[in-house]
Amino acid sequence: MQQAQTLYEKLWFSHVVRQDADGTALIYIDRHLVHEVTSPQAFEGLKLAGRKPWRVSSIVATADHNTPTDHWEEGIKDPISRQQVETLDANIREVGSLAYFPFKDERQGIVHVIGPENGATLPGMTVVCGDSHTSTHGAFACLAHGIGTSEVEHVLATQCLMQKKSKTLLIQVDGDLAPGVTAKDVVLAIIGRIGTAGGTGYALEFGGSAIRGLSMEGRMTICNMAIEAGARAGLIAVDETTIDYLKGRPYAPAGDEFERAAVYWRTLISDAGAKYDKVVQMDAAAIRPQVTWGTSPEMVSDISGVVPDPAAEKDPVKREGMTRALAYMGLEAGMPIKRIPVDRVFIGSCTNSRIEDLRAAAAVAKGRQKADSVKQVLVVPGSGLVKRQAESEGLDKVFVAAGFEWREPGCSMCLAMNADRLESGERCASTSNRNFEGRQGAGGRTHLVSPALAAAAAIAGHFADVAELN
Amino acid sequence: MRAFTTLDGLVAPLDRANVDTDAIIPKQFLKSIQRSGFGPNLFDEWRYLDHGEPGMDNSVRKLNPDFVLNQPRYTGAQILLTRDNFGCGSSREHAPWALDDYGFRALIGTSYADIFFNNCFKNGVLPICLPADVVDRLFATCLANEGYRLKIDLAAQQVIESDGTAHRFDVDGFRKECLLNGWDEIGLTLRHADEISAFEASRKAAHPYYFR
Repeated sequence: MQQAQTLYEKLWFSHVVRQDADGTALIYIDRHLVHEVTSPQAFEGLKLAGRKPWRVSSIVATADHNTPTDHWEEGIKDPISRQQVETLDANIREVGSLAYFPFKDERQGIVHVIGPENGATLPGMTVVCGDSHTSTHGAFACLAHGIGTSEVEHVLATQCLMQKKSKTLLIQVDGDLAPGVTAKDVVLAIIGRIGTAGGTGYALEFGGSAIRGLSMEGRMTICNMAIEAGARAGLIAVDETTIDYLKGRPYAPAGDEFERAAVYWRTLISDAGAKYDKVVQMDAAAIRPQVTWGTSPEMVSDISGVVPDPAAEKDPVKREGMTRALAYMGLEAGMPIKRIPVDRVFIGSCTNSRIEDLRAAAAVAKGRQKADSVKQVLVVPGSGLVKRQAESEGLDKVFVAAGFEWREPGCSMCLAMNADRLESGERCASTSNRNFEGRQGAGGRTHLVSPALAAAAAIAGHFADVAELN
Repeated sequence: MRAFTTLDGLVAPLDRANVDTDAIIPKQFLKSIQRSGFGPNLFDEWRYLDHGEPGMDNSVRKLNPDFVLNQPRYTGAQILLTRDNFGCGSSREHAPWALDDYGFRALIGTSYADIFFNNCFKNGVLPICLPADVVDRLFATCLANEGYRLKIDLAAQQVIESDGTAHRFDVDGFRKECLLNGWDEIGLTLRHADEISAFEASRKAAHPYYFR
């Protein structure tokens, strides 16, 4: 009998083209997602070397990082951003692709939203993209991770990556989530537990009844932030939730072929008795809504907690990091999280811009008003299709009635490459994935939260439990 | 790729953990479609007192005197001493491009984020891991001695202090060969083009729906 394998091992071994004695392997890449920021130098390198792309039907491309989220009729005003987007247009026009959703296309959107929603991300694939949040696609039992531009060029030229097998870490989250606790809270709690380098060198698999109980949107939120725990790849096994999500998607197989594929996809689970290099157990029922207080995603607290005191930290490097973070964030040790006021709110990003996220935010916003002290609440759908779906459900009207701004899709204020950004010193409740210094604008202060908590902060003017809103 | 064999370089200490790629090269500089020219904006938000944007004349911007790399004693440094989890965050290869363009050829720390670590090797920049107590000592020695230099011998896998004390470091054998020889990985991979084609054909036969 074959030895029990983890999901990661199944995916790894089914893609090894060749392996050297030292373990360096060539891994075949099924899907190559491309966006405007990390691809121009790769296309240029390919051309300079006189090489042709190996298989353009693996390419799905879109413009997302630089694109504006309002006044689309005016185009992209920033000339450098425009040049980057136009360079992508020209490169894709020249080499070809399976699908290209350019700026203003009705299916344009964040690369990690459009892949799954179009069925271009399928279980059992290897998926790469020059973007660290490619881990998102692991929610479909894909071996998916971010790569640098040299590797983008390598995949374009050879359809392979040179790699060694990772170690495996199972994060088992069992039990029932408390009401109001979402996938975002689960993954922030995981990062709080294992740290931002806790997953370095590992492929993470998320398992347990709490993970199985999540929708595909929730699972994508979890895998999206595997990289914030240091892991290039996050994985969740296939189940009927996965299969149901994929039915009828444009690039998924159809009819009998779908059923045959699904038989294979259902084998993409870790076998009973499979061995992991490390296992972490989490109790789902103990997880509370989470808010980050510092400048690293591991600097996170329950919403009912207080800003921690660096003096209580024994490790001198960590203590120094906490002290610097509190100074940057303009916070005092001991301050209750719920007393922290916010200037702006951002609901969007590849972590939390899917339809379920927008529904959760709208449920909180419905019939309420943004606090006067909050300057701006941006709601940025993950794609044109998400936007259309939300509008068909009337969510846009809920947001606008609450004083929120309903925008066009894109990465937006998650990384502030376009015009959406924080001013220096401004504090933001954000559904994105990174609270690094300057991430949302130079001097900006980011607190990572779920869509429900972001909406609650917009209404209350400070962090608040949804249940405590009047 | 440029080869890396040995280096005798001035050391600069950046005594922070979790230095992320947004700090190494802020996002506004990612709009470039070039691979070079990122050096003047390395650590831009820490290094300058004003806010940097692409196209600015960086030579007239006001430097932050409190930022370590702005101290004259570290001018021309080629080795950056770092702490845990250096390079965490995004996959932007602009981070090693900026370090390289500034003049850093090697990093010495306790750990690196995976994608950043990988990206360094593609650009002839050597990220070295040493034990925490050794790194602590190198920081202390570096701070105490102006003009502090270290030698790095990749073939021997050693960091050598001026008194001759040598610290052995691990490096993946294949990556070491690539760096020592300056090999082009794409060229190496394409030597196996027949195997890739054969693998692709059998995968396509088994799972045609992955190939639309």
